[in-house]
Amino acid sequence: MLPFLINRLTQAILVIVLVVSATFCLIRLAPGSAFAVGDRKLDPQVEQRLQEKYNLHGTLPEQLGRYWWNILTQGYLGESTHFKNRSVAEIIKETLPKSLTLGLIALTISLTLGILIGSIAATYHNQPVDRSVMLLALLGICLPGFLLAPLAILLFSITIPLFPVAGYGTLGHLVLPALCLAAPFAAYCSRLMRTSMLEVLQQDFIRTARAKGQREQFILYGHALKIAILPLISFAGPLTASILTGSLIIEEIFKIPGLGPFFVNSVLNRDYFLTCGTVIVYSTLLLLMNILVDVLYTYLDKRIKQV
Amino acid sequence: MNTFFTNKRIILFSSSLLLLIALLAIAGPWLSPYRYDDTSHASLLSPSLDHWFGTDINGRDVLTRTLYGARISLLVGIIGATVSLAVGVCYGLVSGYCGGRIDTLMMRFVDILYSLPRLILVIFIIAVFDQHAKKFFVELGLIEWASWSRLILLFMALGLVEWLTMARIVRGQVLSLRERAFIQAAHVLGQSNRKIIIKHLLPNVTGIILVYLTLTIPSVILEESFLSFLGLGVQAPQASWGTLLSEGAGFINPIKISWWMLLGPGIMMALTLLALNFLGDALRDRFDPKFRKK
Repeated sequence: MLPFLINRLTQAILVIVLVVSATFCLIRLAPGSAFAVGDRKLDPQVEQRLQEKYNLHGTLPEQLGRYWWNILTQGYLGESTHFKNRSVAEIIKETLPKSLTLGLIALTISLTLGILIGSIAATYHNQPVDRSVMLLALLGICLPGFLLAPLAILLFSITIPLFPVAGYGTLGHLVLPALCLAAPFAAYCSRLMRTSMLEVLQQDFIRTARAKGQREQFILYGHALKIAILPLISFAGPLTASILTGSLIIEEIFKIPGLGPFFVNSVLNRDYFLTCGTVIVYSTLLLLMNILVDVLYTYLDKRIKQV
Repeated sequence: MNTFFTNKRIILFSSSLLLLIALLAIAGPWLSPYRYDDTSHASLLSPSLDHWFGTDINGRDVLTRTLYGARISLLVGIIGATVSLAVGVCYGLVSGYCGGRIDTLMMRFVDILYSLPRLILVIFIIAVFDQHAKKFFVELGLIEWASWSRLILLFMALGLVEWLTMARIVRGQVLSLRERAFIQAAHVLGQSNRKIIIKHLLPNVTGIILVYLTLTIPSVILEESFLSFLGLGVQAPQASWGTLLSEGAGFINPIKISWWMLLGPGIMMALTLLALNFLGDALRDRFDPKFRKK
C-alpha cells in the first residue's frame, strides 16, 4: 500500500505544479492588467513600481520562478492585487473553511441519498415506486442548482420562514444551500446506484445466497450493496469536481462568504496571485479526493490486487 | 404503467415536444408584438393578458425574451454538442483503432480530464481569451461579428470540454468492432487504415454517436446557463435562459418578489432538458447494445 500511496502522491504533486504554472503563465499573458483603472493607461513608471511591489517584474519565467521560490521557501502565496494589503493566504484561510463545510455536507448528502434511493428503486425494479423515484431523479438532473436555489428561498425562507434567506453562521444557514447544491448530484448518484444494483442482483453469488435461504434484507444490504457501491465510489472523484463548480453559484446566491466568488472574480480582475492560490487549493482538494477514492476502491473491492 | 410508457411512445412524445419548443423559439420572437430588447415604462408587471410571463425591471416582455433566449440556448447546445462530437469521435476512433500502448495513453489522458473541474477550465478560457477573440474579429474587419465573439468562444470552449464521454463510448465500440471478421477482411484486402476507419468503422458507430449527441446537448445547455448565470456567457441585451434565470434570481428577496421572471424561463428550460434527457435515454435503451434489454 505504501509504495502505491507514494507513487500517487508524487504524481499528484507533479500535476499540481504543472496546472498552477500553466495557470500563472496564461493569466499573465492574457490582455488586461491588474493595475489599470478602466481603459486609462498607467504611467509606465508607476506600473513598474507596482509590478515590483507585487513581484511581477521581469520576464515571465523569472516571475514564475520567483512565485514558486516564495512558495517553497516561505510558503508565501503572494498578495492580492485587487483587495489591497490582503495576502492570498489570508483570504483563503478566511473563506476555505466555509466552502469546505458546505461542500462536505453536500457531498455526504448526495452520496447517502443516492445510495438510499438507488437501492430502493432497484429492489422495486419496474414497479410504481421505482418508476416514480426515477422520474423524480431525472427531474432533479434537469433542474440546475441555480434554479432550485431561488425557488427554495422563495418557498422555505420567504413564504414559510423556516430558514434564513442568506448568509452564514448557524447550521440553519447551511440547510438550503447544501440541499440545493446536492440535489442534482443526488439524482445522478441514485440513477448510477440503481443501474449498478440491478446488475449485481443478477449475479451468481446473489442466486447462491438466495438458494441458501438467506433473508432478502441481508442479501441486499449485506452482499449486494458492498459490490454495487463501487461505481459510486469511483464517481466520488468527478462528483467532488462538480460540487466544487456548483458551489461557485450556490455561494453567490446564498451570499456565503466562501472561496467560490473570490475565484471567479479573481480571474475577471486579473488578480494573478489569488487565481493561482485558489487553483492550488482546488487542485489539491481534487487530487487528494481522487487518491482517497483509489485507496477506498482497493480496500473495498477484493478483486483488485493491491499494487 | 409499464405498458403505457413504451419506448416508442416516449421517443415520439419527447421529440414532438422538442419540435414544438424549437418552432416556438424560431417563430415566437417574430410573432410577438414586442422585441426582446424593447424597454418600456411597464416595469416589473406580473403576468397578464398583455404580458403572459410578465415584464422585467426594464419593462421588457419576459415571454419574448424567454423565446429569444431559447434560440440562443438551443443554438449553443446544438453547436457545442456538435463540436464535442467531432473531437470525441475522432479521438475515440483513433484510440480504439490503434489499441495497445497508444490506446492506454490516450484513455489515461481522458481519465485525468474527467477528474478535473471542467467548468472551471471554461471559466478560465473565457475570461482569458474573451478580449483576444473580440480583437481578432475587429482586425478581420468583421465588426458586427464582435458582439458574437463571446458566443463563438462559448461554442468552442464547451465543445472542447464535453467530448470525453463521446470519446470513451466510440473507443469502446471500435475496440469490439476491430476484431470482427469484416474489418479483418478489409485488412487482408490491403485497405489503408484511413479507409478502414472512414468506410467501415465510422458507419457502424453512427447510431450510438447520435444517441449520445442527444444526451450531450442538455448538458451543454446546462453549462451555458451556468456560465451565463456567472456573467461569463451571453451578454446583454442578448439573452439566454441562463441570463434570464440569473436576472430572475435577483428578484427573489424579502423586499420585492417577482417570481414570474424565474417561472417562465425556468419551466421552459426544465421542459427542454427533460425532453432531451428522456429522448436520449429511450434512444440509448434501443440502440446501445450495453443497455439493450435481455
